[in-house]
Amino acid sequence: MRNHILSILDKGMRLDGRKKDEYRDVIKVEYGVAGLAEGSAKVTMGKTEVVAGVKMEVMEPFSDTPNEGVIMVGEELLPLSNPEFEAGPPSVEAIELSRVVDRGIRESHALDLKQMCITPGEKVWGVSIDICPINDAGNLFDASALAAVAALKNTVFPSYDGKKVDYKKMTTKKLPLKELPISVTVCKIGKHFIVDPLSEEQKVADARLTVASTEKGMLCALQKGGIEPVTLEDIKCMVDIGLEKAKSLRKLLGGTK
Amino acid sequence: MVYAKRIDGRDWTELRPMSAKVGVIDNAHGSATFSMGKTVAFAAVYGPRELYPKFLQDPKKGLLRCHYNMMPFSGAGERVRPGPSRRSREISLVMANALLPVMDMTQFPNAVVDVFVEFTQTDAGSRCAGICAAALALADAGLTMKDLVTAVAVGKIDDKFVVDLNYEEDSYKEAEAADVPVAVLPNSGKISLLQMDGIIEPEELPKLLELAREATKKIYEVQKKALLKKFEVDVS
Repeated sequence: MRNHILSILDKGMRLDGRKKDEYRDVIKVEYGVAGLAEGSAKVTMGKTEVVAGVKMEVMEPFSDTPNEGVIMVGEELLPLSNPEFEAGPPSVEAIELSRVVDRGIRESHALDLKQMCITPGEKVWGVSIDICPINDAGNLFDASALAAVAALKNTVFPSYDGKKVDYKKMTTKKLPLKELPISVTVCKIGKHFIVDPLSEEQKVADARLTVASTEKGMLCALQKGGIEPVTLEDIKCMVDIGLEKAKSLRKLLGGTK
Repeated sequence: MVYAKRIDGRDWTELRPMSAKVGVIDNAHGSATFSMGKTVAFAAVYGPRELYPKFLQDPKKGLLRCHYNMMPFSGAGERVRPGPSRRSREISLVMANALLPVMDMTQFPNAVVDVFVEFTQTDAGSRCAGICAAALALADAGLTMKDLVTAVAVGKIDDKFVVDLNYEEDSYKEAEAADVPVAVLPNSGKISLLQMDGIIEPEELPKLLELAREATKKIYEVQKKALLKKFEVDVS
């Protein structure tokens, strides 16, 4: 399979006829796909489909950040979405995936966590973002990051009377969203760089670099994956592609409002 | 400009005092300790040995498995809960990926090489110190290696590029800070681990990686010295 993928890449083609720097053409974001969640979104990238949902709770802050809200990101590789995924405790791949999505959101300061404090040291809002792939046809990294941010954009606070959260009564108050980080994962196969890999492509990739960037084109998180080392030139090239492709993904989301 | 001078008084590109020793755990096939300032890593290599459960065995090549673990008393704040966490499992994965390019695992079909990395105390840069220790332990175990692996965290605090952040710098709150752990294969100059959190301009990344490459040259010297020291024969 690797040889086949490489030989057509040498001719400038991909398994599904795309160019190397092209995302799959069915790419869309739908909001409010889970009615009982405080916010949700579904991202479709070709045949890859990912749903992200946000649940809010009032909780005790961490002792080192007593006046800041809490973000939690989890992704489960559901056996429903890929025959290779197995039920049970999260695999290391699932953990890496959720932590990379988490870093993009956290490090870009997407949420103004100070605005999510209710009583310093005692009560803050906690935001749990759970990401569930429905169908994994490759590039869960970018689809998950996009779905997570879209779900945040869609989230409203439930009502809170100082004692209990009433999930049945939603307010119209949105999350204090300041930034929309966008992740683009660039895979290296042989001497080729591609974006939005299919499952088959990511399986044979030598290395990958996930590049999360802000609206102003600043880098806010990076993660190299794969077992082959890369050169400095490779990294420069992958970051450039990541920043460029982030612009078109960003258009799908619009602004923070 | 908020960050005009480093908290611990070092120059911007100065590494913390390092020390390395090879062959520190008698039971292990290879072992080493590597400390970078107050971060102290111990690494032990067991294997190649048969891999269980058996269905994990691969007749084509062996498995390199890393186990990153902080001792419960090794952190600055609250007790670290024992056992694997999401953080430690991710770090174990990226560490194994950082070490794998220098190994030839096809020599060990159906086997596993386990690398256990433990920390008695940490002051940021633990994954990098862990990689430095693990590379020494693998060499000490006598496994064929194409190169050593060196690692360091570089970063940006406010408008300053810094090398080898300590915990106070890593968690700097007064200004924007970015932390970039990098592993470099010293002979090829290739990069086998790259992570980042924080905010930087894209043009700043190559500059930071260049700083990391320079810094790892110094670490490489410390590693080589420690390896030679183990096999020194006293002829007097």
